Amino acid sequence: MTASAPAQPTNGVPENFTPPHPSLHTNRVLPGFKVSLGFTIAYVSLIVLIPLAALAARPWEHGWAGFWSVLTDGRVLASLRLSFVTAAAAATLNLFVGMIIAWVLTRYKFPGVKILDAFVDLPFALPTAVAGIALCTLYATNGWVGSLFAPFGIKIAYTPIGIFIALVFVGLPFVVRSVQPVLADFDAEVEEAALTLGASPFQTAVRVILPGLAPALLTGFSLAMARAVGEYGSVIFIAGNMPYVSEITPQLIIIKLQEYDYAGAASVGLIMLLWSLVILAVINAAQLWLFKRGRA
Amino acid sequence: MRSRPAEAPKTPAAIGLSLVAVFWLGLIILLPLVTVLFEASKAGVEPFLAAVAEPDTIAAIQLTLLVAAIAVPLNAIFGIAAAWCITRFEFKGKGLLLTIIDLPFTISPVIAGLVWMLLFGAQGWFGAWLRLNDIHIVFALPGLVLATVLVTLPFVARELIPLMNDQGTDEEVAARTLGARGWDIFFRITLPNIKWALLYGVLLCTARAMGEFGAVSVVSGHIRGQTNTLPLQIEILYNQYEAVAAFACASILAGLALITLLLKSVLEWRFAGELAANRRH
Repeated sequence: MTASAPAQPTNGVPENFTPPHPSLHTNRVLPGFKVSLGFTIAYVSLIVLIPLAALAARPWEHGWAGFWSVLTDGRVLASLRLSFVTAAAAATLNLFVGMIIAWVLTRYKFPGVKILDAFVDLPFALPTAVAGIALCTLYATNGWVGSLFAPFGIKIAYTPIGIFIALVFVGLPFVVRSVQPVLADFDAEVEEAALTLGASPFQTAVRVILPGLAPALLTGFSLAMARAVGEYGSVIFIAGNMPYVSEITPQLIIIKLQEYDYAGAASVGLIMLLWSLVILAVINAAQLWLFKRGRA
Repeated sequence: MRSRPAEAPKTPAAIGLSLVAVFWLGLIILLPLVTVLFEASKAGVEPFLAAVAEPDTIAAIQLTLLVAAIAVPLNAIFGIAAAWCITRFEFKGKGLLLTIIDLPFTISPVIAGLVWMLLFGAQGWFGAWLRLNDIHIVFALPGLVLATVLVTLPFVARELIPLMNDQGTDEEVAARTLGARGWDIFFRITLPNIKWALLYGVLLCTARAMGEFGAVSVVSGHIRGQTNTLPLQIEILYNQYEAVAAFACASILAGLALITLLLKSVLEWRFAGELAANRRH
């Protein structure tokens, strides 16, 4: 009698029951996966990927030779050099000043410091064209700041120095906002240990705090640099736009477009984009190296 | 772990650093803002009002608002959809998707305009077909919207993704097990949890959409009264040596920027815990 009947599980689960795959189980409890992912992919394809594909495809209209002739054109090279050198210089200055500002805003309390903190984001919020005409007016030879330098024969507006100033304005918040949260969360005990062991405040800052800030500083630098290379609105008014001297790469792209040289414009755009991505990749690699060294 | 509290600067080094910071922020950040307000008010109230009441300027203001009114809701819906699938589910290629969402922050605004010319411009991929069918995309409203959407795409998504990642799915899964339907879960649990971060992202997105210059400059065609947004109108006025009118328009946008900063600071102070982790000061 006991042998003939199939074994009935005591807990009531049918014999042929297979539990759902665990990852599938946790994955699909909530609804809307296919709809939201489908919409997201369709949207980024239409807005980002297809347009960028057009940018990648267009330069080859006249073959490699056409692309190469744009790449080696003196005016294009001069503009690329100007754009990347001024961007790197501005990001470097912002690295040092931004670090000081982040330090002061997180460590010191004085009247108005909160308001000052809020104003750090002004370059994010102020439209670039507004910043552009303001900087141009300010640094022209008859402007409030420009007139201070004019007697010494230093022209700021309509020269590469003007471009540098505009890029300093645009990039400053990136460094400050990258460093600030790290500085605010910095463990006080580490710092106090250094001080009680006889390190001077300066030694503590340079040898204890600075290494902890390095990854955030690199992030700020790369963000400021990436933004500065492609910046247009705040620069063109103050730049002067002289070919070979003060003509930034974005300006050259617009000129080529206005001449209906779409392949040329796309070539310059593609070169600028690839250079930016290479720089970002190098900085990312440096950051990874710092991170690994910090953990070792 | 505790961090050091802020204190009044007492040592000479602390006072020196504070002075450097105040001086530099004043010179680099505040002085340009003061210049805009000073130049706009220099000529008095009447030239200011006359400049703002110019039909071309009014058309530019209307166009700017219209473009933002289309682009911002699109990117808000996108941000919610992207944050939902990225933070609520596991799938292959998530990292790649995150990188693509961040791309518009890395590319130059001029390139963000150029790509639409390459697609829809006279010599673009679809240029001939569009002309044949009398459809206007570049040098018209759709082009301005597309350029603005591309430039402002990451803002809402970038606010929501870290926040929804931190919040986790416990509440939503609980609601699901209790039998709540999809949209009920979204409107009664998810949305109340992310509303301030959503507002924060929409605020930044709107500010950028209304102030965008480079990308719309490429696709606008600069037809006065028709395809000029307010930032483009400022450029035209400035290049025509109508400095008072240019700075009058600029002061409107500067006012908007100040309101944006104020609202942003209020959101950060009041709802710090409900914004993305990187916004908690």
